[in-house]
Amino acid sequence: MSTFPFQDAILVAIFALVVGVTIGGALIAALSTRIIRGVSGLMLCCMGLGGLYYFLNSPFLALMEILIYVGAVCVTIVFGVMLSEPDEPAHEESRRHAVLWGGAALLVSLVILGGVAHLGLRGPWQEPAARVSDGSVQAIGLALLTTYSLPFELISIVLLVAILGALVIARSGRTKE
Amino acid sequence: MNFLQTEPIRILLYLVGICAFVGANAAYLVLAERKGAGRIQRRPGPNEAGFGGLLQPLADGIKLLAKQVMVPPGTDALLFRAAPLLVMAPPLMCLAMIPFSDSITARSLNVGLLFVFSFGSINVMALMLGGWASRNKFAIISSARVVSQNVAYEIPMLLVVITLLMVTGTMDLNEIIQQQGGGFWKWNLFKVWVNPLMPVTFVIFFICMLAETNRAPFDMAEAESELVAGAFTEYGGMGFGVFFMAEYANIVVGCSLATVLFLGGWQSPIGVLSGGLWGAGWFLLKLYALIFTVIWIRWTFPRTQFYSLLNLSWKILIPISLFTLLLTGAMMKLPVVYNHFF
Repeated sequence: MSTFPFQDAILVAIFALVVGVTIGGALIAALSTRIIRGVSGLMLCCMGLGGLYYFLNSPFLALMEILIYVGAVCVTIVFGVMLSEPDEPAHEESRRHAVLWGGAALLVSLVILGGVAHLGLRGPWQEPAARVSDGSVQAIGLALLTTYSLPFELISIVLLVAILGALVIARSGRTKE
Repeated sequence: MNFLQTEPIRILLYLVGICAFVGANAAYLVLAERKGAGRIQRRPGPNEAGFGGLLQPLADGIKLLAKQVMVPPGTDALLFRAAPLLVMAPPLMCLAMIPFSDSITARSLNVGLLFVFSFGSINVMALMLGGWASRNKFAIISSARVVSQNVAYEIPMLLVVITLLMVTGTMDLNEIIQQQGGGFWKWNLFKVWVNPLMPVTFVIFFICMLAETNRAPFDMAEAESELVAGAFTEYGGMGFGVFFMAEYANIVVGCSLATVLFLGGWQSPIGVLSGGLWGAGWFLLKLYALIFTVIWIRWTFPRTQFYSLLNLSWKILIPISLFTLLLTGAMMKLPVVYNHFF
Protein backbone atom coordinates (compact mmCIF):
# COMPACT_ATOMS: atom_id res chain seq x y z
CA MET A 1 0.00 0.00 0.00
CA SER A 2 1.45 3.31 -1.00
CA THR A 3 1.68 6.19 1.40
CA PHE A 4 -1.00 8.79 1.67
CA PRO A 5 -0.35 12.54 1.40
CA PHE A 6 -0.85 14.34 4.75
CA GLN A 7 -1.17 10.92 6.38
CA ASP A 8 -0.47 12.12 9.91
CA ALA A 9 -2.81 15.10 9.69
CA ILE A 10 -5.62 12.90 8.36
CA LEU A 11 -5.07 10.37 11.14
CA VAL A 12 -5.17 13.08 13.78
CA ALA A 13 -8.33 14.53 12.23
CA ILE A 14 -10.06 11.14 12.21
CA PHE A 15 -9.02 10.49 15.79
CA ALA A 16 -10.37 13.90 16.83
CA LEU A 17 -13.61 13.12 15.00
CA VAL A 18 -13.96 9.77 16.76
CA VAL A 19 -13.27 11.25 20.19
CA GLY A 20 -15.65 14.13 19.44
CA VAL A 21 -18.41 11.75 18.39
CA THR A 22 -17.92 9.65 21.53
CA ILE A 23 -18.02 12.61 23.92
CA GLY A 24 -20.72 14.46 21.99
CA GLY A 25 -22.90 11.36 21.81
CA ALA A 26 -22.49 10.77 25.53
CA LEU A 27 -23.44 14.39 26.26
CA ILE A 28 -26.52 14.14 24.05
CA ALA A 29 -27.49 10.89 25.76
CA ALA A 30 -27.15 12.45 29.19
CA LEU A 31 -28.55 15.93 28.57
CA SER A 32 -31.41 15.60 26.10
CA THR A 33 -34.93 15.68 27.51
CA ARG A 34 -36.51 13.61 24.74
CA ILE A 35 -35.77 9.97 25.35
CA ILE A 36 -35.53 9.13 21.65
CA ARG A 37 -32.78 11.70 21.21
CA GLY A 38 -31.04 10.23 24.23
CA VAL A 39 -30.99 6.84 22.53
CA SER A 40 -29.69 8.44 19.33
CA GLY A 41 -26.90 10.01 21.38
CA LEU A 42 -26.10 6.61 22.86
CA MET A 43 -25.92 5.24 19.34
CA LEU A 44 -23.48 7.97 18.30
CA CYS A 45 -21.41 7.34 21.42
CA CYS A 46 -21.20 3.62 20.63
CA MET A 47 -20.15 4.35 17.04
CA GLY A 48 -17.39 6.58 18.42
CA LEU A 49 -16.33 3.86 20.85
CA GLY A 50 -16.13 1.46 17.93
CA GLY A 51 -13.80 3.94 16.23
CA LEU A 52 -11.64 4.10 19.36
CA TYR A 53 -11.36 0.30 19.39
CA TYR A 54 -10.31 0.49 15.77
CA PHE A 55 -7.58 2.94 16.72
CA LEU A 56 -6.50 0.46 19.40
CA ASN A 57 -5.87 -2.03 16.58
CA SER A 58 -8.83 -4.27 17.24
CA PRO A 59 -11.24 -4.11 14.28
CA PHE A 60 -13.05 -7.19 15.60
CA LEU A 61 -14.00 -5.46 18.85
CA ALA A 62 -14.90 -2.29 16.96
CA LEU A 63 -17.35 -4.15 14.73
CA MET A 64 -18.76 -6.13 17.67
CA GLU A 65 -19.34 -2.85 19.51
CA ILE A 66 -21.41 -1.56 16.59
CA LEU A 67 -23.23 -4.86 15.98
CA ILE A 68 -24.17 -5.40 19.61
CA TYR A 69 -24.55 -1.92 21.06
CA VAL A 70 -26.04 -0.10 18.09
CA GLY A 71 -27.73 -2.99 16.33
CA ALA A 72 -29.07 -4.78 19.38
CA VAL A 73 -28.93 -2.77 22.61
CA CYS A 74 -30.08 0.60 21.22
CA VAL A 75 -32.80 -1.09 19.17
CA THR A 76 -34.00 -2.98 22.23
CA ILE A 77 -34.04 0.21 24.30
CA VAL A 78 -36.09 1.93 21.60
CA PHE A 79 -38.40 -1.04 21.46
CA GLY A 80 -38.93 -0.76 25.19
CA VAL A 81 -39.54 2.98 24.88
CA MET A 82 -42.10 2.42 22.14
CA LEU A 83 -44.01 -0.23 24.03
CA SER A 84 -44.09 1.59 27.33
CA GLU A 85 -43.85 5.34 27.11
CA PRO A 86 -46.03 7.66 25.06
CA ASP A 87 -43.63 10.33 23.88
CA GLU A 88 -44.61 13.11 26.24
CA PRO A 89 -42.40 15.59 28.03
CA ALA A 90 -41.32 14.22 31.40
CA HIS A 91 -43.52 15.22 34.31
CA GLU A 92 -42.28 18.26 36.18
CA GLU A 93 -40.31 17.42 39.26
CA SER A 94 -40.49 19.79 42.18
CA ARG A 95 -37.54 22.13 42.32
CA ARG A 96 -36.34 21.06 45.74
CA HIS A 97 -36.27 17.41 44.71
CA ALA A 98 -34.41 18.27 41.54
CA VAL A 99 -31.74 20.18 43.43
CA LEU A 100 -31.43 17.43 46.02
CA TRP A 101 -31.09 14.57 43.54
CA GLY A 102 -28.95 16.59 41.15
CA GLY A 103 -26.57 17.48 43.98
CA ALA A 104 -26.38 13.86 45.14
CA ALA A 105 -25.72 12.64 41.59
CA LEU A 106 -23.04 15.30 41.11
CA LEU A 107 -21.34 14.31 44.37
CA VAL A 108 -21.30 10.60 43.46
CA SER A 109 -20.02 11.25 39.97
CA LEU A 110 -17.31 13.61 41.29
CA VAL A 111 -16.15 10.94 43.76
CA ILE A 112 -16.02 8.33 40.97
CA LEU A 113 -14.22 10.74 38.63
CA GLY A 114 -11.68 11.60 41.35
CA GLY A 115 -11.09 7.95 42.16
CA VAL A 116 -10.61 6.91 38.57
CA ALA A 117 -8.40 9.91 37.83
CA HIS A 118 -6.30 9.22 40.92
CA LEU A 119 -5.88 5.59 39.92
CA GLY A 120 -5.06 6.51 36.36
CA LEU A 121 -2.52 9.19 37.19
CA ARG A 122 -0.88 7.89 40.36
CA GLY A 123 -1.49 4.16 40.32
CA PRO A 124 1.24 1.81 39.11
CA TRP A 125 0.76 0.79 35.50
CA GLN A 126 2.02 -2.71 34.95
CA GLU A 127 3.36 -3.25 31.49
CA PRO A 128 3.08 -6.85 30.34
CA ALA A 129 6.49 -8.28 29.55
CA ALA A 130 5.31 -9.73 26.24
CA ARG A 131 2.33 -9.06 24.04
CA VAL A 132 -0.54 -10.98 25.58
CA SER A 133 -2.31 -11.77 22.32
CA ASP A 134 -2.50 -10.41 18.81
CA GLY A 135 -6.15 -9.38 19.26
CA SER A 136 -7.27 -11.59 16.40
CA VAL A 137 -10.60 -13.39 16.37
CA GLN A 138 -8.93 -16.73 17.10
CA ALA A 139 -7.01 -15.31 20.07
CA ILE A 140 -10.17 -13.75 21.56
CA GLY A 141 -12.14 -16.96 21.05
CA LEU A 142 -9.43 -19.11 22.64
CA ALA A 143 -9.13 -16.73 25.60
CA LEU A 144 -12.91 -16.73 26.13
CA LEU A 145 -13.14 -20.52 26.14
CA THR A 146 -9.99 -21.30 28.13
CA THR A 147 -8.56 -18.62 30.44
CA TYR A 148 -11.76 -16.67 30.94
CA SER A 149 -14.30 -19.48 30.60
CA LEU A 150 -15.65 -19.03 34.14
CA PRO A 151 -16.58 -15.32 33.74
CA PHE A 152 -17.92 -16.17 30.29
CA GLU A 153 -20.23 -18.84 31.70
CA LEU A 154 -21.22 -16.61 34.61
CA ILE A 155 -22.29 -13.87 32.18
CA SER A 156 -24.38 -16.37 30.26
CA ILE A 157 -26.06 -17.42 33.52
CA VAL A 158 -26.83 -13.75 34.24
CA LEU A 159 -28.38 -13.44 30.77
CA LEU A 160 -30.39 -16.63 31.33
CA VAL A 161 -31.73 -15.25 34.60
CA ALA A 162 -32.63 -12.00 32.83
CA ILE A 163 -34.55 -13.90 30.15
CA LEU A 164 -36.38 -15.95 32.80
CA GLY A 165 -37.22 -12.76 34.68
CA ALA A 166 -38.60 -11.17 31.52
CA LEU A 167 -40.70 -14.29 30.92
CA VAL A 168 -42.05 -14.23 34.47
CA ILE A 169 -43.01 -10.56 34.16
CA ALA A 170 -44.59 -11.10 30.75
CA ARG A 171 -46.55 -14.15 31.89
CA SER A 172 -47.96 -12.59 35.03
CA GLY A 173 -49.55 -9.91 32.87
CA ARG A 174 -51.39 -12.54 30.88
CA THR A 175 -53.15 -14.45 33.67
CA LYS A 176 -56.78 -13.55 34.15
CA GLU A 177 -57.62 -11.61 37.27
CA MET B 1 4.21 4.04 -10.43
CA ASN B 2 0.95 3.95 -12.27
CA PHE B 3 -1.13 6.99 -11.40
CA LEU B 4 -4.30 4.96 -10.94
CA GLN B 5 -2.59 2.65 -8.48
CA THR B 6 -1.83 5.30 -5.88
CA GLU B 7 -3.92 4.95 -2.75
CA PRO B 8 -5.82 8.28 -2.73
CA ILE B 9 -6.83 7.89 -6.36
CA ARG B 10 -7.88 4.30 -5.76
CA ILE B 11 -10.06 5.28 -2.80
CA LEU B 12 -11.61 8.12 -4.78
CA LEU B 13 -12.33 5.82 -7.72
CA TYR B 14 -13.99 3.22 -5.52
CA LEU B 15 -15.97 5.88 -3.68
CA VAL B 16 -17.35 7.32 -6.91
CA GLY B 17 -17.79 3.84 -8.36
CA ILE B 18 -19.80 2.53 -5.41
CA CYS B 19 -22.01 5.62 -5.31
CA ALA B 20 -22.61 5.35 -9.05
CA PHE B 21 -23.31 1.63 -8.79
CA VAL B 22 -25.84 2.18 -6.01
CA GLY B 23 -27.47 5.10 -7.84
CA ALA B 24 -27.74 3.28 -11.16
CA ASN B 25 -29.05 0.16 -9.47
CA ALA B 26 -31.63 2.06 -7.47
CA ALA B 27 -32.85 3.89 -10.57
CA TYR B 28 -33.02 0.91 -12.88
CA LEU B 29 -34.17 -1.66 -10.32
CA VAL B 30 -37.24 0.52 -9.77
CA LEU B 31 -37.86 0.34 -13.50
CA ALA B 32 -37.18 -3.42 -13.53
CA GLU B 33 -39.56 -3.82 -10.62
CA ARG B 34 -42.33 -1.88 -12.36
CA LYS B 35 -41.76 -3.68 -15.64
CA GLY B 36 -41.68 -7.02 -13.85
CA ALA B 37 -44.85 -6.19 -11.97
CA GLY B 38 -46.44 -5.22 -15.25
CA ARG B 39 -45.42 -8.49 -16.89
CA ILE B 40 -46.70 -10.56 -13.97
CA GLN B 41 -49.99 -8.65 -13.85
CA ARG B 42 -50.37 -8.77 -17.67
CA ARG B 43 -50.04 -5.06 -18.36
CA PRO B 44 -47.22 -3.18 -20.13
CA GLY B 45 -45.76 -1.25 -17.17
CA PRO B 46 -44.14 2.17 -17.76
CA ASN B 47 -43.67 2.53 -21.50
CA GLU B 48 -44.15 6.23 -22.30
CA ALA B 49 -40.89 7.93 -21.27
CA GLY B 50 -37.99 7.30 -23.62
CA PHE B 51 -37.36 4.08 -25.47
CA GLY B 52 -40.01 1.74 -24.15
CA GLY B 53 -39.82 3.32 -20.69
CA LEU B 54 -36.02 3.36 -20.38
CA LEU B 55 -35.95 7.04 -19.43
CA GLN B 56 -38.61 6.61 -16.73
CA PRO B 57 -36.07 6.61 -13.81
CA LEU B 58 -34.64 9.90 -15.07
CA ALA B 59 -38.11 11.44 -15.20
CA ASP B 60 -38.89 10.14 -11.71
CA GLY B 61 -35.60 11.47 -10.41
CA ILE B 62 -36.21 14.94 -11.82
CA LYS B 63 -39.71 14.96 -10.39
CA LEU B 64 -38.51 13.96 -6.93
CA LEU B 65 -35.60 16.43 -6.97
CA ALA B 66 -37.85 19.30 -8.02
CA LYS B 67 -40.18 18.78 -5.09
CA GLN B 68 -39.81 20.78 -1.93
CA VAL B 69 -38.52 18.86 1.09
CA MET B 70 -41.19 19.46 3.68
CA VAL B 71 -40.62 19.05 7.39
CA PRO B 72 -44.15 18.89 8.77
CA PRO B 73 -44.83 20.86 11.96
CA GLY B 74 -44.75 18.78 15.13
CA THR B 75 -42.04 16.45 13.90
CA ASP B 76 -38.65 16.11 15.51
CA ALA B 77 -36.96 18.15 12.76
CA LEU B 78 -33.39 17.05 13.44
CA LEU B 79 -34.08 13.32 13.49
CA PHE B 80 -36.56 13.70 10.64
CA ARG B 81 -33.82 15.12 8.43
CA ALA B 82 -31.12 12.74 9.69
CA ALA B 83 -33.09 9.53 9.10
CA PRO B 84 -32.78 9.37 5.28
CA LEU B 85 -29.02 9.96 5.54
CA LEU B 86 -28.67 7.28 8.21
CA VAL B 87 -30.64 4.80 6.16
CA MET B 88 -28.52 5.40 3.05
CA ALA B 89 -25.06 5.30 4.65
CA PRO B 90 -24.86 1.64 5.87
CA PRO B 91 -25.39 -0.04 2.46
CA LEU B 92 -22.73 2.23 0.96
CA MET B 93 -20.34 1.19 3.73
CA CYS B 94 -21.19 -2.48 3.23
CA LEU B 95 -20.53 -2.37 -0.50
CA ALA B 96 -16.93 -1.40 0.25
CA MET B 97 -16.42 -4.96 1.52
CA ILE B 98 -18.13 -6.85 -1.30
CA PRO B 99 -15.64 -8.46 -3.71
CA PHE B 100 -16.97 -7.89 -7.22
CA SER B 101 -14.07 -9.84 -8.65
CA ASP B 102 -10.78 -11.28 -7.38
CA SER B 103 -9.13 -7.92 -8.03
CA ILE B 104 -12.09 -5.55 -7.61
CA THR B 105 -12.66 -5.00 -3.89
CA ALA B 106 -12.63 -1.57 -2.33
CA ARG B 107 -11.18 -2.84 0.92
CA SER B 108 -10.45 -6.39 1.93
CA LEU B 109 -10.70 -6.94 5.67
CA ASN B 110 -10.25 -10.20 7.55
CA VAL B 111 -13.51 -9.53 9.41
CA GLY B 112 -15.36 -8.44 6.27
CA LEU B 113 -18.48 -10.50 6.94
CA LEU B 114 -18.81 -9.04 10.42
CA PHE B 115 -18.38 -5.57 8.93
CA VAL B 116 -21.34 -6.07 6.60
CA PHE B 117 -23.53 -7.35 9.43
CA SER B 118 -22.58 -4.67 11.92
CA PHE B 119 -23.27 -1.82 9.54
CA GLY B 120 -26.32 -3.59 8.18
CA SER B 121 -27.78 -3.59 11.68
CA ILE B 122 -27.83 0.23 11.77
CA ASN B 123 -30.46 0.19 9.05
CA VAL B 124 -33.22 -0.82 11.50
CA MET B 125 -32.35 2.03 13.81
CA ALA B 126 -32.51 4.54 10.95
CA LEU B 127 -35.89 3.37 9.66
CA MET B 128 -37.20 3.39 13.19
CA LEU B 129 -35.94 6.93 13.84
CA GLY B 130 -37.55 8.13 10.61
CA GLY B 131 -40.90 6.66 11.60
CA TRP B 132 -40.72 7.90 15.16
CA ALA B 133 -39.59 11.42 14.27
CA SER B 134 -42.56 11.76 11.91
CA ARG B 135 -45.02 11.88 14.84
CA ASN B 136 -47.59 10.13 12.74
CA LYS B 137 -49.51 7.17 14.10
CA PHE B 138 -49.08 5.12 10.95
CA ALA B 139 -45.36 5.82 10.92
CA ILE B 140 -45.01 4.87 14.59
CA ILE B 141 -46.95 1.61 14.14
CA SER B 142 -44.69 0.88 11.22
CA SER B 143 -41.52 1.60 13.23
CA ALA B 144 -42.64 -0.79 15.96
CA ARG B 145 -43.18 -3.42 13.30
CA VAL B 146 -39.81 -2.77 11.68
CA VAL B 147 -38.01 -3.23 14.97
CA SER B 148 -39.76 -6.44 16.01
CA GLN B 149 -39.47 -7.90 12.53
CA ASN B 150 -35.79 -7.12 12.19
CA VAL B 151 -34.95 -8.39 15.67
CA ALA B 152 -36.86 -11.59 14.95
CA TYR B 153 -35.16 -12.26 11.63
CA GLU B 154 -31.67 -11.21 12.64
CA ILE B 155 -31.45 -14.28 14.92
CA PRO B 156 -31.95 -17.03 12.30
CA MET B 157 -29.82 -15.05 9.84
CA LEU B 158 -26.88 -14.84 12.23
CA LEU B 159 -27.33 -18.52 13.21
CA VAL B 160 -27.20 -19.51 9.56
CA VAL B 161 -24.14 -17.37 9.01
CA ILE B 162 -22.42 -18.91 12.05
CA THR B 163 -23.13 -22.34 10.57
CA LEU B 164 -21.50 -21.22 7.37
CA LEU B 165 -18.54 -19.71 9.22
CA MET B 166 -17.91 -23.05 10.92
CA VAL B 167 -17.58 -24.55 7.45
CA THR B 168 -15.43 -21.81 5.94
CA GLY B 169 -13.34 -20.97 9.01
CA THR B 170 -12.80 -17.38 7.89
CA MET B 171 -14.70 -14.10 7.80
CA ASP B 172 -12.74 -12.74 4.85
CA LEU B 173 -15.24 -12.57 1.99
CA ASN B 174 -12.59 -13.04 -0.68
CA GLU B 175 -11.23 -16.16 1.02
CA ILE B 176 -14.75 -17.56 1.36
CA ILE B 177 -15.14 -17.18 -2.40
CA GLN B 178 -11.75 -18.71 -3.13
CA GLN B 179 -12.74 -21.85 -1.21
CA GLN B 180 -15.68 -22.32 -3.59
CA GLY B 181 -13.66 -22.43 -6.80
CA GLY B 182 -13.73 -25.12 -9.46
CA GLY B 183 -17.35 -25.53 -10.49
CA PHE B 184 -20.85 -25.07 -9.15
CA TRP B 185 -20.78 -28.34 -7.18
CA LYS B 186 -18.18 -26.78 -4.91
CA TRP B 187 -20.33 -23.80 -3.98
CA ASN B 188 -21.37 -23.66 -0.35
CA LEU B 189 -24.96 -24.12 -1.49
CA PHE B 190 -24.20 -27.66 -2.68
CA LYS B 191 -21.73 -28.73 0.01
CA VAL B 192 -24.04 -31.50 1.21
CA TRP B 193 -21.13 -33.64 2.41
CA VAL B 194 -20.38 -30.99 5.03
CA ASN B 195 -23.98 -30.62 6.01
CA PRO B 196 -26.89 -32.28 4.19
CA LEU B 197 -29.07 -29.28 5.05
CA MET B 198 -26.92 -26.72 3.20
CA PRO B 199 -29.62 -25.85 0.58
CA VAL B 200 -32.08 -25.34 3.45
CA THR B 201 -29.57 -22.97 5.04
CA PHE B 202 -29.50 -20.95 1.85
CA VAL B 203 -33.30 -20.77 1.74
CA ILE B 204 -33.37 -19.57 5.37
CA PHE B 205 -30.73 -16.96 4.59
CA PHE B 206 -32.70 -15.75 1.58
CA ILE B 207 -35.97 -15.52 3.55
CA CYS B 208 -34.23 -13.61 6.33
CA MET B 209 -32.64 -11.32 3.77
CA LEU B 210 -36.10 -10.54 2.35
CA ALA B 211 -37.36 -9.78 5.84
CA GLU B 212 -34.35 -7.68 6.82
CA THR B 213 -34.68 -5.52 3.72
CA ASN B 214 -38.44 -5.20 4.33
CA ARG B 215 -39.39 -6.70 1.01
CA ALA B 216 -42.69 -8.34 0.17
CA PRO B 217 -44.09 -10.68 1.41
CA PHE B 218 -42.57 -9.18 4.57
CA ASP B 219 -42.98 -5.47 3.77
CA MET B 220 -44.78 -4.73 7.00
CA ALA B 221 -42.79 -1.51 7.29
CA GLU B 222 -44.45 -0.03 4.26
CA ALA B 223 -47.73 -1.95 4.04
CA GLU B 224 -49.28 0.69 1.80
CA SER B 225 -52.79 -0.73 1.94
CA GLU B 226 -53.05 -0.35 5.71
CA LEU B 227 -50.40 2.14 6.85
CA VAL B 228 -50.39 4.66 3.95
CA ALA B 229 -46.62 4.37 3.39
CA GLY B 230 -45.52 3.16 6.80
CA ALA B 231 -42.41 4.79 8.16
CA PHE B 232 -42.14 7.09 5.12
CA THR B 233 -45.66 8.51 5.32
CA GLU B 234 -44.58 12.05 6.15
CA TYR B 235 -41.67 12.16 3.72
CA GLY B 236 -42.00 13.85 0.38
CA GLY B 237 -39.69 14.63 -2.50
CA MET B 238 -36.14 13.41 -2.26
CA GLY B 239 -36.53 12.39 1.41
CA PHE B 240 -38.89 9.68 0.22
CA GLY B 241 -36.63 9.07 -2.76
CA VAL B 242 -33.64 8.38 -0.52
CA PHE B 243 -35.61 5.83 1.50
CA PHE B 244 -36.55 4.17 -1.75
CA MET B 245 -32.96 4.17 -3.00
CA ALA B 246 -31.80 2.75 0.32
CA GLU B 247 -34.28 -0.11 0.01
CA TYR B 248 -32.80 -1.10 -3.35
CA ALA B 249 -29.25 -0.55 -2.11
CA ASN B 250 -30.01 -2.91 0.77
CA ILE B 251 -31.37 -5.49 -1.65
CA VAL B 252 -28.15 -5.23 -3.66
CA VAL B 253 -26.05 -5.69 -0.50
CA GLY B 254 -28.17 -8.63 0.71
CA CYS B 255 -28.14 -10.38 -2.66
CA SER B 256 -24.38 -9.85 -3.06
CA LEU B 257 -23.87 -11.35 0.37
CA ALA B 258 -26.00 -14.36 -0.58
CA THR B 259 -23.97 -14.67 -3.79
CA VAL B 260 -20.67 -14.47 -1.93
CA LEU B 261 -21.63 -16.85 0.86
CA PHE B 262 -23.56 -19.51 -1.03
CA LEU B 263 -23.19 -19.12 -4.78
CA GLY B 264 -19.45 -18.81 -5.13
CA GLY B 265 -19.24 -15.04 -5.71
CA TRP B 266 -17.08 -14.36 -8.74
CA GLN B 267 -16.21 -18.03 -9.31
CA SER B 268 -17.33 -19.48 -12.59
CA PRO B 269 -20.00 -22.20 -12.36
CA ILE B 270 -18.16 -24.41 -14.86
CA GLY B 271 -14.64 -24.01 -13.58
CA VAL B 272 -13.22 -22.01 -16.50
CA LEU B 273 -13.18 -18.29 -17.29
CA SER B 274 -13.06 -17.02 -13.71
CA GLY B 275 -11.09 -14.09 -12.37
CA GLY B 276 -10.63 -10.55 -13.61
CA LEU B 277 -13.46 -9.07 -15.62
CA TRP B 278 -14.96 -12.51 -16.24
CA GLY B 279 -15.31 -12.83 -12.46
CA ALA B 280 -17.14 -9.53 -12.27
CA GLY B 281 -19.43 -10.75 -15.04
CA TRP B 282 -20.27 -14.00 -13.20
CA PHE B 283 -20.79 -12.08 -9.98
CA LEU B 284 -23.19 -9.61 -11.58
CA LEU B 285 -25.02 -12.44 -13.36
CA LYS B 286 -25.65 -14.28 -10.07
CA LEU B 287 -26.45 -11.03 -8.28
CA TYR B 288 -29.10 -9.99 -10.79
CA ALA B 289 -30.57 -13.49 -10.91
CA LEU B 290 -31.13 -13.24 -7.16
CA ILE B 291 -32.50 -9.70 -7.43
CA PHE B 292 -34.88 -10.87 -10.12
CA THR B 293 -36.07 -13.58 -7.74
CA VAL B 294 -36.68 -10.94 -5.09
CA ILE B 295 -38.82 -8.91 -7.51
CA TRP B 296 -40.59 -12.04 -8.72
CA ILE B 297 -41.46 -13.05 -5.14
CA ARG B 298 -42.82 -9.59 -4.38
CA TRP B 299 -45.36 -9.70 -7.17
CA THR B 300 -46.28 -13.35 -6.71
CA PHE B 301 -46.94 -13.64 -2.99
CA PRO B 302 -49.39 -11.49 -1.04
CA ARG B 303 -48.21 -9.70 2.08
CA THR B 304 -48.23 -11.92 5.16
CA GLN B 305 -49.96 -11.08 8.40
CA PHE B 306 -47.76 -9.64 11.08
CA TYR B 307 -48.31 -12.50 13.52
CA SER B 308 -47.66 -15.20 10.95
CA LEU B 309 -44.48 -13.33 10.05
CA LEU B 310 -43.25 -13.48 13.64
CA ASN B 311 -44.43 -17.09 13.98
CA LEU B 312 -42.47 -18.06 10.88
CA SER B 313 -39.30 -16.71 12.42
CA TRP B 314 -39.63 -17.86 16.03
CA LYS B 315 -41.35 -21.20 15.48
CA ILE B 316 -39.89 -22.43 12.20
CA LEU B 317 -36.73 -20.63 11.08
CA ILE B 318 -34.95 -20.36 14.44
CA PRO B 319 -35.43 -24.05 15.39
CA ILE B 320 -34.33 -25.21 11.95
CA SER B 321 -31.28 -22.96 11.92
CA LEU B 322 -30.34 -24.08 15.45
CA PHE B 323 -30.64 -27.68 14.27
CA THR B 324 -28.41 -27.06 11.25
CA LEU B 325 -25.88 -25.39 13.55
CA LEU B 326 -25.80 -28.45 15.81
CA LEU B 327 -25.74 -30.85 12.86
CA THR B 328 -22.83 -29.05 11.22
CA GLY B 329 -20.90 -28.99 14.49
CA ALA B 330 -21.57 -32.69 15.02
CA MET B 331 -20.58 -33.62 11.48
CA MET B 332 -17.37 -31.63 11.76
CA LYS B 333 -16.32 -32.85 15.19
CA LEU B 334 -17.61 -36.45 15.41
CA PRO B 335 -14.92 -37.84 13.06
CA VAL B 336 -12.30 -36.13 15.24
CA VAL B 337 -13.76 -37.68 18.40
CA TYR B 338 -14.06 -41.07 16.69
CA ASN B 339 -10.45 -40.99 15.55
CA HIS B 340 -9.36 -39.98 19.01
CA PHE B 341 -10.95 -42.92 20.78
CA PHE B 342 -10.82 -45.74 18.26
